Amino acid sequence: MLNLTLVLNQALNGVQFGLMLFLFSAGLTLVLGIMNLVNLAHGSLYMLGAFFAATIYSWVGSLPLAILLALPVTFLAGVVVEFVVLRSFYQRDHLDQVLATFGLILFLNELARVVWGAAPLNMAIPAFLSGRVELIPGITYPVYRLALIALGLLVALLLYLLVAKTKLGMLIRAGASNREMVEALGVDIRLLFTGVFGFGAALAGLAGMAVGPLLSVEPAMGDGVLILALVVIVIGGIGSIRGSFVAALLVGLVDTVGRAFLPGLLVTMLPRTLANAVGPALASMLIYLLMAAVLLFRPQGLFPAARG
Amino acid sequence: MRIGYFGAVVAGAVATLAPAQGSAADKVKIGFVTTLSGPASLNGQHMHDGFYLAVDELAGKIGGLPAEISKNDDQAKPDVAKQIAERLVKRDQVDVVTGVMYSNILLALYGTVVDSRTLMISSNAGPSQVAGKDCSPYFFSTSWQNDQPHAAAAISVQKAGIKNVALIASNYQAGQDAMAGFKSKFKGKVIDEIYVPLNQLDFSAEITKLASEKPDAIYAFVAAGGTLPFAKQYVEAGMMKQIPLYSAFMFNSTTLPAVGDLALGARSAAFWTVDLDNAANAKFVAAFRNKYDHDPSVYSAQAYDSVYLIDAAVREIKGHVEDREAFIKALATVRYDSVRGPYRYNNNHFPIENFYATEIIKAADGHPIEANKDVILNDDQDDYHKQCPLN
Repeated sequence: MLNLTLVLNQALNGVQFGLMLFLFSAGLTLVLGIMNLVNLAHGSLYMLGAFFAATIYSWVGSLPLAILLALPVTFLAGVVVEFVVLRSFYQRDHLDQVLATFGLILFLNELARVVWGAAPLNMAIPAFLSGRVELIPGITYPVYRLALIALGLLVALLLYLLVAKTKLGMLIRAGASNREMVEALGVDIRLLFTGVFGFGAALAGLAGMAVGPLLSVEPAMGDGVLILALVVIVIGGIGSIRGSFVAALLVGLVDTVGRAFLPGLLVTMLPRTLANAVGPALASMLIYLLMAAVLLFRPQGLFPAARG
Repeated sequence: MRIGYFGAVVAGAVATLAPAQGSAADKVKIGFVTTLSGPASLNGQHMHDGFYLAVDELAGKIGGLPAEISKNDDQAKPDVAKQIAERLVKRDQVDVVTGVMYSNILLALYGTVVDSRTLMISSNAGPSQVAGKDCSPYFFSTSWQNDQPHAAAAISVQKAGIKNVALIASNYQAGQDAMAGFKSKFKGKVIDEIYVPLNQLDFSAEITKLASEKPDAIYAFVAAGGTLPFAKQYVEAGMMKQIPLYSAFMFNSTTLPAVGDLALGARSAAFWTVDLDNAANAKFVAAFRNKYDHDPSVYSAQAYDSVYLIDAAVREIKGHVEDREAFIKALATVRYDSVRGPYRYNNNHFPIENFYATEIIKAADGHPIEANKDVILNDDQDDYHKQCPLN
């Protein structure tokens, strides 16, 4: 059963999942690292992005165009949320922020239900991205998932260039390691915050738009992703884009490979009914075990922002 | 003085007793409970629409009496449902509680409602406890016991000559029950059982694994938010043409508008389909489409039937809803035009009804529907009725 084709296939699945997690986590880690804001509503921005793209897609009929148009809309939605709600919470403690952003989740989920309805929206996979392609003889892989891998890598590269090579990136890095100093040097921190938040929203939205055709676009679709993203940024080190890239790939791979092979492995060792009960539970626990292990040896995460 | 007092008491007693003995109640009070908010509200909305379609057709009168309906949103939360039940039976003193999408919600309502001698008519949920040892004369179902559709699917798979299946289900009570129900009737070999977390949305690992195992068919019950993603990813992985997909409640009018043609070819088993050939159903489906602009689902059909069942029973007892024994007897025996065709009630007040093999096909106008292919089970009854002491 454990043949090479299957392992490779599952590894690709893991990389694809990890890259989508990275898109989502990148914004979250920036907001938490630079703005010191716990934003539980990050998943709602992911949802809004998916809804915007699905709606525009149904008007224009082209997925890439819909995503290009939906990105600025999601950026604006992020800016509005920051401006209207979150701005007054920067000075409050984390518990207040948790409460406020949890409230935002409920509000935005119900808003989505009122505007778009409870029924899931369909985003069809465009014809040129559907079907499977043969990678190497004997291994075929869905084209759309390959496109997601390409998109994830492209965005990671652009983010790297932005953060490492531009003045804005310098401010972002500086903000993550020492916010007070950046403020003292006369940078308009409010504008930087709004920009970073909108940017994070657009990244989360992009993740939602990209997986929209594979998943279903519906209210509360972002709630589950948030937990995984929190695991990613804790493992990666809060505020570090590089950390969340590595951690997202790690989480994606561990989760996928665990789900794929652990239950099968247990069946060979335990009675069937017991393996059926233990396998799925253990597989979904793996990433938390990974997080615990990382925290044990590197409490600041793999790439703490202050040093990385 | 004494005589005056006595006289007043007698007069009072006569006045109180009079309505019970003489004329019928002047209205029927119904508490309608379903899930109308949160991620699980799509099915609840379908149930709501079926219920109110029937109420509107009857011009707000049930069994000829004006119906006083209170609409309640359980939010798919048992604690909320429990409070609703208390309010309905204690403050509002309703005659009937109906609706109820999910089994955990039904179990939260059940005791409070039936213990207060209020009728409970489930338009969907059918947990085994209520069908078996905890059955109550005050409970009726217009749907099925939870195991039945899965057992019917197993027989349908069997009839298709399939020897090996792999199972995939959401890892929660209903998912495990579904697989148990399937396995209890399937005689072939189950080569793998995969359980996924209820909130999982990406199934790439599982689908890749299923593809490598090459079963003759797959039986799936991926519930809640996972249904649509699973369907899309199953098709996108090119599996639908290679390995037949059997499932229960994954593809029906609630999900088909979103899944679209991707679901074509998916098979299942159901007690009712949009195209089921009888006059009541033709009228129901046409009216539903006309009012809501999309197809009804099983949840709409069950809720619609619930209203007509209550209507027929109240008519039968000439509006004496306060006479609970007569009301129960009427509900159990009365004939009404069910959209599933005629059926009768078992000792546990679950329907004894047919199940059909279904397949997702293109309807004449091109939109995908779950179509009735063949009868799999005639007059099917659940296994739990033997544990129910009622007769």
